[in-house]
Amino acid sequence: MPRITVTVDGVGYEEEVEPRLLLVHLLRERLGKTGTPVGCDTSNCGACTVMLDGKTVKSCSVLAVQADGCDIVTIEGLGSPGSMHPMQRAFHEEHALQCGYCTPGMVMAAIDLLRDTPDPSEEAIREGLEGNLCRCTGYCNIVRAVRRGAQEMGQAVKSS
Amino acid sequence: MIPATFDYVRPGSLDEACQALASDEDAKALAGGQSLLPLLRLRLAYPSTLVDLGRLPELTGVHDRGDHVFIGAMTTHDEVMRSSLVNSACPLVALTTATVADPAVRHRGTFGGSLAHADPAADLPAVVLALDGVLVARSAEGEREIPAAEFFVDYLESALRPGEILLGARIPKLGDGWGYHYEKFHRTAQAWPIVGVAAAVRRSNGSIQEARIGLTNMGPTPLRARAVESALQGAELGDQVRQACEQAAEGTSPSGDLHAQPDYRRHLARVLTHRAIRTAAGSP
Ligand SMILES: Cc1cc2nc3c(=O)[nH]c(=O)nc-3n(C[C@H](O)[C@H](O)[C@H](O)COP(=O)(O)OP(=O)(O)OC[C@H]3O[C@@H](n4cnc5c(N)ncnc54)[C@H](O)[C@@H]3O)c2cc1C
Ligand code: FES
Ligand code: FES
Repeated sequence: MPRITVTVDGVGYEEEVEPRLLLVHLLRERLGKTGTPVGCDTSNCGACTVMLDGKTVKSCSVLAVQADGCDIVTIEGLGSPGSMHPMQRAFHEEHALQCGYCTPGMVMAAIDLLRDTPDPSEEAIREGLEGNLCRCTGYCNIVRAVRRGAQEMGQAVKSS
Repeated sequence: MIPATFDYVRPGSLDEACQALASDEDAKALAGGQSLLPLLRLRLAYPSTLVDLGRLPELTGVHDRGDHVFIGAMTTHDEVMRSSLVNSACPLVALTTATVADPAVRHRGTFGGSLAHADPAADLPAVVLALDGVLVARSAEGEREIPAAEFFVDYLESALRPGEILLGARIPKLGDGWGYHYEKFHRTAQAWPIVGVAAAVRRSNGSIQEARIGLTNMGPTPLRARAVESALQGAELGDQVRQACEQAAEGTSPSGDLHAQPDYRRHLARVLTHRAIRTAAGSP
């Protein structure tokens, strides 16, 4: 079986994996990172979105062996209940979730969007999140949360 | 679902990759995996071995070659749409790539994978066809060039032979005076086109000198709208262009599916071709 090394949320792991093991299953079932859910079978929903070497990917559509040598950040690596990432806090404060299933992926996609577009318009947010489906909220509060998260992250940059 | 078992190799050189593919007829190349992994997860494909092209730097990047741009097969959609060379020398490729899927899929999915997969619903094949691109493939026997018009053979079937790897495609630069547009019709945000129309138009003094049109999802392969292309030669913007675009569905054989019946697709081809030409020609 192939042996891979990955860094997940800042911790290094060395794992023997079957080639068919999906990255999301490595994260959830081997490493206990259940913050990243699986929402579909067709690579559509984006619930499983994580950062792979700094860019979003759908972790259900990447093999664990393809991530060999890579740096992965999941929703669990962003912050913790006591010290949330500004984007996590913005989702909380703007009520941008109901069941919460899409939230980890939405937050990762939102942070990815801000890499290029630190102050996104509503339209840019809707386009940036087009690969993430939410069955509960109707998206309005998600868009608001991303605007607020962007402002708070921008202020954090200015004041640092 | 969890894919069926397969072996995995990650060659460190192109020669090794060609050998791995040639030595086993059920082996498959793995590029970005954004079409292949969903197929494996639905158990619609059972390759014996996946040959991962992901660590072959010679397959990535965009190169200026004078009269054309060479886009390496493993260049991701995200890299293609951000490339200043692609944006300036072949804008139709850049603006169409920006409509493919969503940001996360574009971080993994590749230019070459989109062509090699030969899905008639994929956006880039019609563009490469409209621009008369040339695909370059390599096997243990050597390299060969395949014009786009011969590359797309049938539904999910390309002219690549077993053991051949797509190295990339040459996209001719059209030069000055051309306008471009990709008109994509889809019902949900991140989706494949029900019909798509790629248009490049050279215009002067209020009339069209030359047009190239590629149709997505109007048959088992991407198609050129040849009847419209010839009717547009010398056509004045306005009624003449509108009439020319009425021929957009000629020679097509669209399928019917969940999203649209063939007659609706033919209707869309006419309407979308007109929109694409008007926008490419810069006329409101
Ligand atoms: C949710 C979602 C939405 C999408 N929406 C769109 C869309 O709107 N429009 C669109 O055009 N596409 C869309 N796609 C598909 C996407 O563009 C894929 O990236 C593309 O079709 C395949 O590229 P890949 O690199 O992922 O190839 P893979 O999935 O790795 O491979 C696909 C096939 O091509 C073969 N192959 C790949 N590269 C080579 C090579 N260099 N040489 C020989 N054979 C090769 C493989 O063996 C395989 O058979 C979507 C995908 C998803 C998951
Ligand atoms: S679980 Fe990965 S896209 Fe739906
Ligand atoms: S909050 Fe339920 S899917 Fe988005």
